[in-house]
Amino acid sequence: MVELSGNLLIVDDNKVNRLLLSRSVEMLGYRALLAENGRVAVNLLATQDVDLLLLDIEMPEMDGFEVLEVLKSNPEFRDIPVIVTSSVEGLDNIVRCIELGADDYLPKPVNKTLLKARLASCLEKKRLRDEQKRLLERFATSEVAQDLQNSGFAIGGKRAHASVLFCDLRGFTGLSEQLDPEATIELLNTFYTLMFEAVTSNDGIVSLMLGDGLMALFGVPQPLENSSQSAVQAGREMFDMIETLNTERAGEGLDDLRIGVGIATGEVVAGYAGTDNRATYTCIGSTVNLAARLEAETKITGSQFLIDQSTFDLLEEVEVARTYKRTQIKGFAEPRDIHAL
Amino acid sequence: MTNGPIDLDVYNELKDATGDKFAVELVSTFLDEAPGMMADLTTALAGGDADGYRRAAHSLKSNAATFGACSLAELARKIELGDMPEDGDLTGVNTLQTALDMARSTLQDLING
Repeated sequence: MVELSGNLLIVDDNKVNRLLLSRSVEMLGYRALLAENGRVAVNLLATQDVDLLLLDIEMPEMDGFEVLEVLKSNPEFRDIPVIVTSSVEGLDNIVRCIELGADDYLPKPVNKTLLKARLASCLEKKRLRDEQKRLLERFATSEVAQDLQNSGFAIGGKRAHASVLFCDLRGFTGLSEQLDPEATIELLNTFYTLMFEAVTSNDGIVSLMLGDGLMALFGVPQPLENSSQSAVQAGREMFDMIETLNTERAGEGLDDLRIGVGIATGEVVAGYAGTDNRATYTCIGSTVNLAARLEAETKITGSQFLIDQSTFDLLEEVEVARTYKRTQIKGFAEPRDIHAL
Repeated sequence: MTNGPIDLDVYNELKDATGDKFAVELVSTFLDEAPGMMADLTTALAGGDADGYRRAAHSLKSNAATFGACSLAELARKIELGDMPEDGDLTGVNTLQTALDMARSTLQDLING
């Protein structure tokens, strides 16, 4: 037998109904939480883990329709299944519940066999949705997953203002020649773990992993207050983390790792590129090219951290180590000022 | 068996589904709560609160159906669906009160029995 579990929130202003429903679900192996009106239920949702709502419609303070509206408008609660249990009169009211996102309707008094079947089916659907969400987040970052859930999937892009960061592990090819494959993968995993942390803790997303480097986006798909500031902060944390890692490596008698980081800010086109079957969230435009070139430029200039003028202009309180005036950058006609941090 | 104020088929099904002890507890809760619902109904009527009037009737209807109090449920349903009587006319409320008293008395016997 499948083990039943789950926290069910029973929302009903009538004490007899609350008691009866909680008894029924507890006999089925679920845990019951109780709320005597919609307002109490919504407050409970903020603090308790709830897998499903059994929702009455006629209630004082906040009725079932209003609860459904709150759930629908909140991305965090939107996926919680709702079974309306009511003796509300009129087919139009039931239709309204379904239109507002209720998964099912059970008339009161609730038939125990039907309740059992509907609960199992709704919770199984929720389990599958949760699993899908987890998978999506593993392969696409939670921001992209969120964007997909909100807007659905469609090949195509939109223009946005963003900062693009490229980061590359220096001399990796040479390093990997001295290591066995297992150690190489382990080193890469350590590198990626640290770099991902720097990116995501500053509200960016890693959009590409490129062997021994990565491309991160700040300001897409979700806009940021100051994408330059976030990207530069992420860059700084990358260097801090590599420094800490190098201290550890020195203790083990290993060589220092070095990275180069380039950041550019401006208009990009971001969206899903690929085919309907396999696509990736990506970003293109001259801002992306410039960021990649700046990262490459770190090998030439010897400055490890380079940013373009637009990124620089948006920073608050920044100390520049050096400015390279009117630098000719491959692929760009006009020479431009770049700054080393 | 639907002759008395309580449909015993419905009541026994409730008992079987939830357990004797729980059924007694549930009936006691209803016996405690019902006067409050009647009071809500009367207060709403006196205060011209149509929404409160309808909601109190709805609550009574829902509980009456749970215990198999069919005629009580039907009367409460009529009040829920009907317009609120004008000038505080208590005819509907009084009929409901009589049906409730009968249902309560039978339920009381059932849990004592």
